[in-house]
Amino acid sequence: MPAFLLKRLMQSLVLLVIVSIIGFVVLNLIPGGPMAQYALDPGMTEADKARLAEQLGLNRPLLVQYFDWAWRLVQGDWGTSFRDGNPVLTVIGRHLFATFLLMGSSTVIAIGVGTWIGIRGATHRYSIFDYAATVGAMAALSIPTFWFGLIGIYVFSLKLGWLPAGNMYSIGDGSVLDYMHHLIMPSVVLALVHIAIWSRYMRTATLDAISQEFVKTARAKGVSERRVLMKHVVGNALLPMITLAGVQLPSILTGALVTETVFTWPGMGRLFLDSLGYADYPVVMGLLMFSAMLTIAGNLIADIVVALVDPRIRLA
Amino acid sequence: MTTLTVSQAPSRWWKSRVMRRFLSHRLALLGLLMISLLALACVIGPYLLPYDSLHIDLRARFAPPLTGDHYLGTDPLGRDLAARLFMAGRISLLVGFFAMVLSICVGTLIGVIAGYRGGWISVVLMRTVDGFLSYPTIFLLLALAAALKPSPVMITVIIAVTSWMEVARIVEAEVRSLKEREFVLAGRMLGLGRSHIMFREILPNAMGPIIVAATLTVARAILLEAYISFLGFGIQPPLPSWGNMLNGAQQYLATAPWLAIIPGAAITIAVSSFNFIGDGLRDALDVRNDNI
Repeated sequence: MPAFLLKRLMQSLVLLVIVSIIGFVVLNLIPGGPMAQYALDPGMTEADKARLAEQLGLNRPLLVQYFDWAWRLVQGDWGTSFRDGNPVLTVIGRHLFATFLLMGSSTVIAIGVGTWIGIRGATHRYSIFDYAATVGAMAALSIPTFWFGLIGIYVFSLKLGWLPAGNMYSIGDGSVLDYMHHLIMPSVVLALVHIAIWSRYMRTATLDAISQEFVKTARAKGVSERRVLMKHVVGNALLPMITLAGVQLPSILTGALVTETVFTWPGMGRLFLDSLGYADYPVVMGLLMFSAMLTIAGNLIADIVVALVDPRIRLA
Repeated sequence: MTTLTVSQAPSRWWKSRVMRRFLSHRLALLGLLMISLLALACVIGPYLLPYDSLHIDLRARFAPPLTGDHYLGTDPLGRDLAARLFMAGRISLLVGFFAMVLSICVGTLIGVIAGYRGGWISVVLMRTVDGFLSYPTIFLLLALAAALKPSPVMITVIIAVTSWMEVARIVEAEVRSLKEREFVLAGRMLGLGRSHIMFREILPNAMGPIIVAATLTVARAILLEAYISFLGFGIQPPLPSWGNMLNGAQQYLATAPWLAIIPGAAITIAVSSFNFIGDGLRDALDVRNDNI
């Protein structure tokens, strides 16, 4: 186990370094580079710009700047936002709750619904339900998340008036119920693609488990069909799903970015797009790194959980 | 068996087993039909419609579908939506197609090298691939699109740069299993060069999975272009693309919902067509069904 963890950590470190180098180079390619926000400011003279660049250390060679930035990153100093002067980690922290709330609830929906569809598809193989689920999953994988969101807003907010069209809570309210009311549509929209993915994997995993010897044994012992399904089949089918949850993390983050834009959800995705728009270079860089760390951590946790739950796996 | 048998005999290809199996896949045929119609509409549509995609008519703003000659209605500037949709389709489909070609080339090259050479080359290449597969590349994609001049060519390149990894992984696995086969050993014994074996002997036998991956990559690329254009960092107006047509649509959702519904439907039709075709090809070519 420790050797495995070490290996994975080393791999993750390589990824972090690659992402940071690409990000660093990219953001210096922007016309005006890190100083882009001042490029069109008539109040800034060339002398002012030069002084600012000097202060921010932007006139040093790129390589020196990179190592300086990386070293401060390791120490927890992620720089300050150009937009409001707050430390980058504080800015990211303020948007973390919204994103986690959205991702969490949509993952719960995706796992719940996807698991149910998958198991039913496997136990009623080649039925109309199974066929519809297969086609539905493929269609769901082809619908752009943001379009699904727009249609949802049109139907449920504008036509029926059941659900709010955006934001995380109503001004002046903010009760748990109010949050949940606002959460329904974005989390379902974000979950759609993952329901499709989960149900396909769950179907395969359940079919795999059903054909195993221990299921035959359990049936032969006279265990009721329901108990066989719940305890022996689903229990074993769910194991690979833990790994899948880790693997799916990047795609959930991607979906969250788009969903947050459509529903004006105050999370990390919107922060990223706003920061790109404002050329708020430290925050963009911070989010590039943070998203990489988040997915790495997610995959690592999934691997560890599988190893702990499944006695057959001994990570080497 | 995961290989496509390339028969040398001059048998008619449309009577082959692969073709027969593909044609019996209903969804794949539906996909083929839908994408053919959509592509045809995008190619000849603009010539048939009475309006130019850039013709602004402020008296006919927000016309709903089927008003007069505006079959799909008009946008906030009174431009004909059908004309814009087809012009946008040309851009979106071309970007999707060429992004696929590029990423297949890069992915195949890396996959073949990693799979055939093995050793530390393979370790370095495949660990990089794994790394990027576990990263939400849309962040990088958007940062790149914001930093570079977002012309259609640049968007194509950016999408390709962030979507070759899946292909590389598939090709690597395929080549790794093929390189121990007799025909490769025979080639080596004949003294064929390394690149000849890699690209002339092994690669043709790995075409099945590559073709499937290519189809699915087109779907992914069209979707990605739509995402970044919708977010405002992709193809820039006045050049229309399905994604950027949706960019401004949200604010008119209450008064002109067709502005959002129609381009989104076009994206969904195009992407699902390629997904259906890919699925049919996977069954027909006997490619192992490992992702979904």
